[in-house]
Amino acid sequence: MSNAIDELQAIIAELKTEVEEQRAVIRQSRDRIEHMSAEVVDSNPYSRLMALQRMNIVKNYERIRDKTVAIVGVGGVGSVTADMLTRCGIGKLILFDYDKVELANMNRLFFTPDQAGLSKVEAAARTLTFINPDVRIETHNYNITTIENFDHFLNTITGGGTVAGQPVDLVLSCVDNFEARMTINAACNEKCLNWFESGVSENAVSGHIQFLRPGDTACFACAPPLVVAENIDEKTLKREGVCAASLPTTMGITAGFLVQNALKYLLNFGEVSDYLGYNALNDFFPKMTLKPNPQCDDRHCLLRQQEFQARPKPVVIKEEPSADDEPLHASNDWGIELVAEDAPTEPEQTTSTAGGQGLRLAYEAPEKTSSVATPAPVDDTSLEDLMAQMKSM
Amino acid sequence: MVDDSTRKTLSNIPLLQIRAGPREKDVWVQRLKEEYQALIKYVENNKQSGSDWFRLESNKEGTKWFGKCWYMHNLLKYEFDVEFDIPVTYPTTAPEIALPELDGKTAKMYRGGKICLTDHFKPLWARNVPKFGIAHAMALGLAPWLAVEVPDLIEKGIITYKEK
Repeated sequence: MSNAIDELQAIIAELKTEVEEQRAVIRQSRDRIEHMSAEVVDSNPYSRLMALQRMNIVKNYERIRDKTVAIVGVGGVGSVTADMLTRCGIGKLILFDYDKVELANMNRLFFTPDQAGLSKVEAAARTLTFINPDVRIETHNYNITTIENFDHFLNTITGGGTVAGQPVDLVLSCVDNFEARMTINAACNEKCLNWFESGVSENAVSGHIQFLRPGDTACFACAPPLVVAENIDEKTLKREGVCAASLPTTMGITAGFLVQNALKYLLNFGEVSDYLGYNALNDFFPKMTLKPNPQCDDRHCLLRQQEFQARPKPVVIKEEPSADDEPLHASNDWGIELVAEDAPTEPEQTTSTAGGQGLRLAYEAPEKTSSVATPAPVDDTSLEDLMAQMKSM
Repeated sequence: MVDDSTRKTLSNIPLLQIRAGPREKDVWVQRLKEEYQALIKYVENNKQSGSDWFRLESNKEGTKWFGKCWYMHNLLKYEFDVEFDIPVTYPTTAPEIALPELDGKTAKMYRGGKICLTDHFKPLWARNVPKFGIAHAMALGLAPWLAVEVPDLIEKGIITYKEK
C-alpha cells in the first residue's frame, strides 16, 4: 500500500517538473512593445522592418500598427498570410473560418499536428500571439455565407477597425470556394471596402491574386472568375476520387504575392497589382487590370461604379515631348513606323476579352437575356399552403 | 455535358423568374413560392415516372432546408438525410447540398458532407441565374452524385443496407 503511494508521489513529482518545463516554453514569448524601434540589436523584432525606411522603400513603416486587416479563410493561403502580417507587426487581425485543423492539412504550412481538432481560428490565434504579442487578434468561428452570420460579418468589417466603429483597412479573401468569394464581394460592394481575392487552382499548379476596388476595378460578379490558363488538356486531367490537390509551394507563393501587395497598399509604396497570376508549370506570371462591367448583376457594384465615375480623378502628369522628338522624316510614303519592343500590343483588356495573356475565364459568361418575356402566372396559393402541400407529398 | 435523360428531367421542371435572395425579405417570399412550386412539380414528375427520390422541407423563412433522399441499388433502398442553407448570395450562387452522415466516407465531399459537384454544374448554374432553383440543384447536382457515389460506396462496403 505505502509502496503504491510512494510510486504515485514519484509520478506526481515527475509530472510537476514536466508541467513547469512546458510553462517555461510558453512564457518565452516576449512582452508587448509600445513603439517600433529602428535600433539594430538582436533583441529588436522590428529592426529589419524599420530598415525599410532607411533604405527609402517605405516612408513610415510604423503606420502598420494603425492598420487592421480582415482575413476570411484561414487555410493554406490564409494562415500563411496571417503569419506574414503578424511578423510584419500589423496592428490588428480579424480572422474568419468555420473549419477545424485536420491531419490532412499538414501538407500545407503553418498548422502543426498537435493542433488537429482545434478550430483553425483558435489554433492560428494561439500561434500568432506567441509569434508577436503586439498584434491584436480577433477570431470568428462561423460560415459567412449563411444568413445568420452575414450581418455579423458585415458589422465586423465595417466597425472592427483599429479605432472602434471604423472599417477595417483591407479585407483579404483566402477562401477556397466560389460561394464565399461572392459573399465577400457582396459585402465589400455594399460597404465600399477594398479587398484582395486570392486563389489556388484545384490541381495545385496555378494561383492568382486580384485587387478589387468597388467601382474602380471589376468586382467578382462582373464576369466569370479569371483564372490562369494552364494549357492542360481537360481530357488528360483526372479527377477520379478527389475534390482537390494542394501544394505548400503554390499556396506559399500565392500568400506571398497577396501580403506583398497588401503591404504596398497599406504602406503606400511601389505599385499594387490589380491582377497577378502564377502558372507553376512554366513559371509564368500574367498581370493585368480588369474594368468593371457596366451591366454587372450586383446592384451595389453599379452604384459604386456611378460614384467612381462622378469622383474627380487624380491628374496624371505626362512628360512634354521635347524638341528632339520632331519627326526625322517629313514624309513617310510607305507608312513605316517604329514600335517599341515593350509597347503594349493591345489596349487594356476588358473583362469580356480576357483571353490571351495566359489567362482565361473560368467559364463562358451567361448570355444577357432581355427582361422576362412572359409575366409571372397569377397565383393565389399562399406560401404556407405550398409548404404544407410539399410536406404532405 | 448533360445527358439526355437529365435534359428531359430538367425541361419538365418549371423555370423560376424572380431574382431575389433571402436578404431581400419581401421579394424573397415571391421567390420562395416559385421554389416550392418548382419542387412540387418535380416531385410529381418523379412519382409519375417511378423515379421518386427525395423529399425536402424548409424552415419558415425558407433559408434552411432539410429532408431525405434515397437511391435504389439491387432492389434495396439506401436513404440519407440531406440538408443545406440558402447562401446570402443566392440565386447567383447555388446552394451547397450536404449529406452529413457520409462526411468523411468519400473523397468526393467537402467538409461537413457537402457534395463535390462536377466541373459542369457551376457554369451551367451561372448561365441560368435566376431561372434555376432548388429543384434544378437537386436534379443536376445531387441526383448524378448519388448515381455515381452510392454504388461505389456500397461496393467498397463503406455503406450497408439498413432495414427501415
